[in-house]
Amino acid sequence: MTELKRTPLYDLHMAQGAKMVPFAGYEMPVQYPMGVMKEHLQTREAAGLFDVSHMGQVLLSGASWDAVAKAFEALVPQDVLGLEDGRQRYGFFTNEEGGIEDDLMFARRGQDLFVVVNAACKEADIDRMRAALEPGVTITELGDRALLALQGPAAEDVMAGLDPRAGDMRFMDLRELELGGIAVWASRSGYTGEDGWEISVPGDEATRLAELLLASSEVAPIGLGARDSLRLEAGLCLYGNDIDAETDPVAAALTWAIQKARRPGGARAGGFPGAEAVFQALEHGPDRKRVGLLPDGRAPMRAGTPVFDRQEGGDPVGIVTSGSFGPTVGGPVAMGYVDAEHHETGTRLWGEVRGKRLPLTVAKLPFVAANFKR
Amino acid sequence: MKFTEEHEWLRVEGDEIVVGITNHAAEQLGDVVFVELPDEGITVSKDDEVVVIESVKAASDILAPIDGEITEVNSALTDTPSMVNDDPQGEAWFFKMKASDPSQMDDFMDEAAYQKFIG
Repeated sequence: MTELKRTPLYDLHMAQGAKMVPFAGYEMPVQYPMGVMKEHLQTREAAGLFDVSHMGQVLLSGASWDAVAKAFEALVPQDVLGLEDGRQRYGFFTNEEGGIEDDLMFARRGQDLFVVVNAACKEADIDRMRAALEPGVTITELGDRALLALQGPAAEDVMAGLDPRAGDMRFMDLRELELGGIAVWASRSGYTGEDGWEISVPGDEATRLAELLLASSEVAPIGLGARDSLRLEAGLCLYGNDIDAETDPVAAALTWAIQKARRPGGARAGGFPGAEAVFQALEHGPDRKRVGLLPDGRAPMRAGTPVFDRQEGGDPVGIVTSGSFGPTVGGPVAMGYVDAEHHETGTRLWGEVRGKRLPLTVAKLPFVAANFKR
Repeated sequence: MKFTEEHEWLRVEGDEIVVGITNHAAEQLGDVVFVELPDEGITVSKDDEVVVIESVKAASDILAPIDGEITEVNSALTDTPSMVNDDPQGEAWFFKMKASDPSQMDDFMDEAAYQKFIG
C-alpha cells in the first residue's frame, strides 16, 4: 500500500481537531468537531474554509494564448479560445466514445491556461495533456501550490477586507490578489453553490493564509463530508459517481458547458475526442438523463439505489448516483440517471431501499438556488 | 447499565430491557438524520437487524442484543432523529424488549469494561 500524501495544511487540520480519512491518495479532513450538519449550514449561512489542495493544479504555456487555447480545444468540447483574460470556465475531458474522463475548471491567465482537475484523475489528466499537447505546449504541474476554497455569503466581506479588489470580481473571474501580504491567484468560484473563492497559494504560505481567513468570526473550517452535501444540494456532479468515462455530457445534463463555437455549425465545431458521439446524442437526445430525485419521506436514498416506475415488479428505470440528507433542504436529496421516458420533472418514481419501494419525484436541479455574484 | 461490543447499552426496567446506543457510537455516527424503528410486538432473535440509523454520511443497523419481544419503540426518534446525538444514553432509547432468556444478559460488559473496550 502506498503511503497517503498530506497537504501543506495537515498540521492545521490536526490542530483544529479534524477527523482524517483517506481520499484520492491523500489524508484529508472529512469533518471537524462541529460535525457535517453544522459545517454545511455554516457554509450556507456565513462562510466555510475548505482545503482542496489534493486537486491538481496545472499551468499550460506556449508560444501565444491562441496556440495554447487551440491546442487545449483538442481535448475538451469547450470554447477555450474565446476566453477573455482573467476568466474561468467549467469543462471536461472526453474520450473517443464521448464519455467524460474528468471534469475540470480552466482559466486564462495572461498567455497561459490555468487548469484545476480532480485529485483522483490528476495523473491520468497530466499524462493525457502531455501526450496530446507536448512539445508545442509546456505542461507544468504546480505541485508546490496549495488550494483553499472560501465559500459562503460572508466570503465577500472577508476577502474584500483583505484585498478590496476581491469585491470587484464577478463569478468566474480569476485575479492575482494580495491577502495579508501573500500573493495568490484567486477565482470567484467553487463547488458549493455559494458565492466564494478558490485560492491558489504557494504551499509554504498556505497555513498562514488559512489562519488569516479563519481569524474571521464568520469563517470555520469545513471537511469533505459537508463539501459533498453542499455540492449535491447545488446539483453539481461528483466525478466517479455522477459522471464517468461511460457517461456522455448530454446524458449528464452538461450540454450548457458546450459553447456554440464547438457545436455543429460553430466556428470550431468538433475536433475534440468523441465529437461525433456527442453530436449524435445532442441531436437525438439522451437515452437516459441525469436528474434530481427528491424522496417523499425522510429515508436517504444512497448511491446505487435502483429506481422503478412502479411500486411493485418491473425492471429498474434508473439508478441513484449521489444521495444523502440535505441539511439546507431539511430532508433527503439525490441525483441519478433515469430512462428518457421518465425524466420529466414531476414524474413519480420509486427508489428501492432495504427491499422497500419508497416514492420519489423527479426534480429540477439545483435543490438549493445558487448564490453567485454574476 | 450493560454494554455490548456493538456499542449498545441495555438497562433493566422492571421486566423490560431498554436498549440504546452509546455516547461513543453516536459520536462515531455523526449527525443522525433518519431512524427506522421495528413494529411493536414482534419477536426477534439475537443479532436480527431491528433498527436502521442513517447519518449524513451512511446507514447503519442496530442489532437485537438478545432474543425476545419488542414491547415498545421510542417513536419520538422518527420525528427528531437528532435526539440520538443530543442524548444517546438517556432520552434517545430505541426500544424496550422482554427477554426470552434473561441469562443472555450475563454476557455483556459493565461500564468499566466497555470503556476499556473502546480504549
